[in-house]
Amino acid sequence: MSLSISLITYFPIIIRLILSVIGVICFFAILGLFLVYAERKVAAGMQLRLGPNRVGVFGIAQTVADTIKLITKESFTPGMADKFLFFLAPFIVIISATLALAPIPMAKGYQFWNIDVGVIYVPAMASLSIIGILMAGWASNNKYSLIGAMRSGAQIVSYELSVGLSLLSIVILTGSLNFNEIVMSQDNGWWIFKGHIPVLISFIIFIIASTAEINRTPFDLPEAESELTAGFHTEYSGIQFAMFFLSEYVNMFIVSAVAATLFFGGWMPFHIGHWAAFNDIMNYIPGPIWFFGKSLFVIFLIMWFRWTFPRLRIDQLLNLEWKYMMPISLVNLLFVTLITIMGWHF
Amino acid sequence: MSYLKDIYRSMSSMLSGMQLTGHYFMNFRKAETEQYPDNRLTLKMSPRFKGELTLLHNVQNMHKCTGCSACQLACPNGSITILEKRELTEDGKNKKRLQTFVWQHSMCTFCSLCVDSCPTGALKMEQRFEFTVADRKTLTKTLNKEGSQLAPDLR
Amino acid sequence: MPELETITETGEYILNVGPQHPATHGVMHLRIKLDGEIIESIEPVLGYIHRSIEKMSESLTYRQLIQMTSRMDYLSAHINNTGVALTIERALQVEVPQRALVVRTILAELTRLASHQLWWAATGLDLGAVTPFFLGFRDREVITTIFEEVCGSRLTMNYIVPGGLMEDIPNGFAERVNKFLIDFEHHLPEYDQLLSDNEIFLARNVGIGILSKEEALSFGCSGPMARASGLSCDVRKWHPYDLYSSLEFNEVLLTQGDCYARYKVRIREMYQSIRIIKQLINQIPEGEYQAKVKKIIKLPEGEYYERVETARGEFGVYIISDGKSSNPYRIKYRSPGFSNLASLSALATGGNIGDLVAIMASIDLVIPDIDR
Repeated sequence: MSLSISLITYFPIIIRLILSVIGVICFFAILGLFLVYAERKVAAGMQLRLGPNRVGVFGIAQTVADTIKLITKESFTPGMADKFLFFLAPFIVIISATLALAPIPMAKGYQFWNIDVGVIYVPAMASLSIIGILMAGWASNNKYSLIGAMRSGAQIVSYELSVGLSLLSIVILTGSLNFNEIVMSQDNGWWIFKGHIPVLISFIIFIIASTAEINRTPFDLPEAESELTAGFHTEYSGIQFAMFFLSEYVNMFIVSAVAATLFFGGWMPFHIGHWAAFNDIMNYIPGPIWFFGKSLFVIFLIMWFRWTFPRLRIDQLLNLEWKYMMPISLVNLLFVTLITIMGWHF
Repeated sequence: MSYLKDIYRSMSSMLSGMQLTGHYFMNFRKAETEQYPDNRLTLKMSPRFKGELTLLHNVQNMHKCTGCSACQLACPNGSITILEKRELTEDGKNKKRLQTFVWQHSMCTFCSLCVDSCPTGALKMEQRFEFTVADRKTLTKTLNKEGSQLAPDLR
Repeated sequence: MPELETITETGEYILNVGPQHPATHGVMHLRIKLDGEIIESIEPVLGYIHRSIEKMSESLTYRQLIQMTSRMDYLSAHINNTGVALTIERALQVEVPQRALVVRTILAELTRLASHQLWWAATGLDLGAVTPFFLGFRDREVITTIFEEVCGSRLTMNYIVPGGLMEDIPNGFAERVNKFLIDFEHHLPEYDQLLSDNEIFLARNVGIGILSKEEALSFGCSGPMARASGLSCDVRKWHPYDLYSSLEFNEVLLTQGDCYARYKVRIREMYQSIRIIKQLINQIPEGEYQAKVKKIIKLPEGEYYERVETARGEFGVYIISDGKSSNPYRIKYRSPGFSNLASLSALATGGNIGDLVAIMASIDLVIPDIDR
């Protein structure tokens, strides 16, 4: 009796959970497919070649074909590997990426989880992926994997600081850790325009530090191809490799979405102060288009870095963080505080 | 101060690199790469391109190979074998003639020393370069065509 | 050598880089002893693509063995061919026609340009920047197309025969080369913009892998590698062959001896090569392209040594002839890559893995040249 009642009570919730799980998985899959395709096309454009153009019109279905190939491929486990950890690692990486996406508002009221400490929550979740990477490197029983994983550990732990400090500058300006309130505070203009040079500096620091966080060139040391063949995921193949690959792109989207939300106003249309007429016209463009447009702009920026710059060395990478980015972001934070206290921002 | 100067210099050097890639991305007109399988019909290799070795035949199915084996001697890899036959000419002499010109494609390095050494100019490297076969045996080729004759001026 | 050991008794970590590894540009095997990421010692293991070209050449005639040298340093194939042809010509005391010499020199400098372009492309790739790879190949493609029109092949050409050239140059050769030079001079500043001036690239290269002049001399380094350490060793200046004695060009010399100096030497050599080609391309004399040399060459009894400057350094050809047969009695090639590789241990010890990759890129290794 009680069992059936509780089942009936929880039935809608279970259905809702299942639906949202399917929704998130679909969103991730589409996001991953699109971003991989976009990356390859951007790279091709910068390198004077065509990029994928075989499968589908302009090669649109290329990434789908790649995914099918990866799914049907055998997931090979090396003989001496720690089988359980080896199996677990890709899941941890992808779960942490999924969790980090939860509090980001994609349009007015469209958010998986409206949490009050969103700005702290996202980097906290995103940095969990280091556990998966370390696990993968250790369990593979491969020297290249281990070196890659150790590099990743040092790198993510250091750059976490700069990411946090640059996010804090916006938190100081708005006085809130909630993503929704941060977006609403940009009703009369985005922070990158309102906050003068200090916010611009913290935006640059955020982009650099988060590029390092998601292991992309010029900071792709954990998987440095010409040094460590493929770094921590050398031994992975098939769908397990696909998970690492997908998580890289999802992480890139999260980072860009956070940057878009904090510095470019998220789904908030382009508003200038109290020009009501202009703001009204801008409001006709729906929020999701603004949000995804801004995110894609930041993603393009990160891709642009990747296809231009050579890779840093591990000690230079840490030097850059501790000697340049950390002190600058600390000083910058002081300036932001000063601006906030004096009310100099618009 | 030099600290700030360092930062400025490095940022500007990075930006100039990004300017170049950005310029190529925005002004993308034509790919510099060869669209190979797509342009097969229009692809023209240069006249001297060293592709498949051929024994030139004219429309009367005549070739110029006298069977002198100069190419066989010139070949560094032993990929050419000339099989001869004896043939009675019209004036009653017993002369050497080419029976089969065997070219082992798989051993050839395309140095064109055979073409260079041929005293009668019977050989040429053709432009064809798509050699993939499923059976290795087919790479041993007979270059003289069925029923071909030596050109009359060389007899 | 204990093959399966992964950690030594003193606690160092043994890492096998290669035989298949993206940074070795071919089948080379490096056994590295690591302390963390710091390289304690490094030992190249050779022999994975040894084809015994020198031994094979002993059973080939002098005309036949030239094409084998294209398979050694395949990026300087033309210059290698010139080296062997030069040895045979000087042994036979054949006068090579002026037209053949001019064309040989132009093609040699084009080969040097193509080789340096590929090296630049691969350096970018090794250091993690992929775009230079495509830009380098874009320019190299033009040169290989010119080679295809002249020699018939794009990489392993066999255009040089003892006494001159195999065929005359095709019509429109000078126009094609001139057009390439104009385009390439326009593209060369992009190389600086994308890579040479980049702060990350500087950080990866300046002060890394310093080779002193004495070390360069004792390891027998040559080419851009030695010239970056201040060792003047350009064969084109010291032992001129072809037309180099009558041409105006500078030997690029730097003294820092680090990876960036080696990079700079090669970039500047590209400008010098352009300068050399410009002096010759519009004045190709008419006349014979081949001197009369017997079909079957027999060198008089004795020992012969000649050297040429390939894109990687001094390529020496040592032939002993018994005077009777049409094959060399013994033949030995002094390939620049082998001696340059010898310095790897001195350069990379004490650096970390990232440095090793930068150093290997700056040595400009071509493995078939090392492992003949």
